[in-house]
Amino acid sequence: MAEQDWKTNKGVFAAVSLPTLFWVLLFFLVPMAIVWLYSFGENKGLTDIEISGTLENYKRATEWLYLTIFGKSFAVAALVTLICLIVGFPVAMAITFASEKWRPWLLLGIMLPFWTNLLIRTYALMMLLGTQGFANKGLGALWEGTSWLKTLVGLQPLPTWEPVQLLFNNFAVVFGLVYVHLPFMVLPLYAALDRLDRSLIEASLDLGAGHFRTIMRIVVPLAAPGIIAGVMITLIPALGAYLTPDLMGGTDSQMIANVIERQFKKANDWPFGAALSFLLIYAMFILIALQSMRKKVPEAS
Amino acid sequence: MTDPTKPIIQIQNVSKRFGKVTAVDNVSLDINAGEFFVLLGPSGCGKTTLLRMIAGFELPTEGRILIDGQDMAGIPPNKRPVNMVFQSYAVFPHMSVADNVAYGLKIAGVKGGEVKDRVAEALDLVKLGGFESRMPDQMSGGQRQRVALARSLVMRPKVLLLDEPLSALDAKLRAQMQFELSELQEKVGITFVTVTHDQDEALSMACRIAVINKGDVSQLAAPSDLYEYPANRFVADFVGSVNIFEGKLTLDEPDKAAVDCPGLGKVYLNHGVTGPHGADVWVALRPEKIYLHVPGAGKAVTAAAQDAPDGHNFARGKIKGMSYLGDITLFEIELETGARIRVSRPNLSRHDQEDFTWDDKVSMHWRADSPVVLLG
Repeated sequence: MAEQDWKTNKGVFAAVSLPTLFWVLLFFLVPMAIVWLYSFGENKGLTDIEISGTLENYKRATEWLYLTIFGKSFAVAALVTLICLIVGFPVAMAITFASEKWRPWLLLGIMLPFWTNLLIRTYALMMLLGTQGFANKGLGALWEGTSWLKTLVGLQPLPTWEPVQLLFNNFAVVFGLVYVHLPFMVLPLYAALDRLDRSLIEASLDLGAGHFRTIMRIVVPLAAPGIIAGVMITLIPALGAYLTPDLMGGTDSQMIANVIERQFKKANDWPFGAALSFLLIYAMFILIALQSMRKKVPEAS
Repeated sequence: MTDPTKPIIQIQNVSKRFGKVTAVDNVSLDINAGEFFVLLGPSGCGKTTLLRMIAGFELPTEGRILIDGQDMAGIPPNKRPVNMVFQSYAVFPHMSVADNVAYGLKIAGVKGGEVKDRVAEALDLVKLGGFESRMPDQMSGGQRQRVALARSLVMRPKVLLLDEPLSALDAKLRAQMQFELSELQEKVGITFVTVTHDQDEALSMACRIAVINKGDVSQLAAPSDLYEYPANRFVADFVGSVNIFEGKLTLDEPDKAAVDCPGLGKVYLNHGVTGPHGADVWVALRPEKIYLHVPGAGKAVTAAAQDAPDGHNFARGKIKGMSYLGDITLFEIELETGARIRVSRPNLSRHDQEDFTWDDKVSMHWRADSPVVLLG
């Protein structure tokens, strides 16, 4: 077959890429542009928005109240990413070094949650964590058991079991976000670790390093592209998380996406919501720019 | 300290099975301190598994491995007094040359000043002095291999294990590295154990070679013994190129023997072979040990007749194939019996290759001490 280079076959290239280009333009860039224009507008009545070029929305969006919500969203997303990394790295290592027979099943296990709707998974998690949920029942049974054992050896029993508040607080939000985002962390980590030349690990062991030192000095630095990819792919969606804090959070655990949602719905203040949205988008742009500017780690040949 | 009279590595009845596959089958061999030992065999014969068991990356299913008299059972790779040069070199791509070489020393807790001195010394040894701050991706394959060598040698191991060390280099560099590795081994006095599938590499570098076939040692001998006195057909065929003819042992006395080969005729030897009379044997004859003549060139044929009575150790045939390799020309000759034989002839003068051409009738002879009789 002849070389199908886009430079030599401009017509074919254009024909093939036109539908996609059209799709992206019409359904992504145009709505984004409209929202961007709204962020410089003012409400005139219930449905009318006048694009007046005002910066008032941005001024309000950078008020202390909203900055703290931005800050808190960042903190929650960063914490979620960190937990995902710490939990996900050993999981990715385990999959990488599992036998050929087990690896596809373990990978399937990681991807299985994607087969179920996020909303259903969140409700399932809420059933688990509620005051009458399995987690509390399990803890309660343990508590009762300990209490019974104490009476058995003649000690005072423990006070009656009070269910722990596991839901509708910041803990629940972080827990839920980690649960949702863990596969996003594990998959790029696995991809990076899988490409790693095993003989590099063996060489490190051969030169006298233990397993922990080999991981810290050889595996982690060489898996850095995968770690950064995993961090970005977890941090960015976690930053814009809406459903989990809405359903599992308490009154004080709203994140920036919940605030934005309220502007578009209940508050009916589209220009202000648009300004908040774009501040979030700019923040993500900065993150991505920082990532692409980092020093490239040489690839293992 | 290492006792030079004792073997540095003792492999005792070692077997390794991966599921149903037996990679190494009850191997026992001793490797002497200070020697250049080569494990030679075709791919998949178990030689790399054996090397990896010495390093500790694989555990024997049965048997034990002793290094310097100490049983290695339960000792992980990072605690063994051996270092390995990997086939892919495994140079850490995110560290400079100096950091690569210093890696093991720093882990061993060697002090900063000494680390620097020893790194410089090791890099000088492999002729990479001045390359300290280079990154591996700025180096050629040959240079990366030298880094891997220096990184292992700097640890002053009792044994250096090399897994197919030259397979990734081009032919010229490989020949040069064969000399350099032998020279280096002599200089540092460390026992080298090398795995290779390349017979030239094995013959040129080794003190002793163990030929491995299907997980078992076929023969363990010095290079020249391996080539001139192969113990069986596998070794004769794997090391060098050879003509093998089936025959029957018809005469076997202490100072002479004869084998009747349907393909080659009667082959006389000027020494006994200690095999049962009438036994099925094989005669191995190296291509370079056969002299080629135009028929009727009487002088050489007379020389052959002196060696063997009745004009034996002599054959006639027709040239069916020729390949000119520069230093030698390789002939494939169809004998009068219909069998084919390979003969190589050195091109001693510039026009030697013009002496023969396709379909020429030729005669050939060989000395009575050239054929090897193989019983298995």
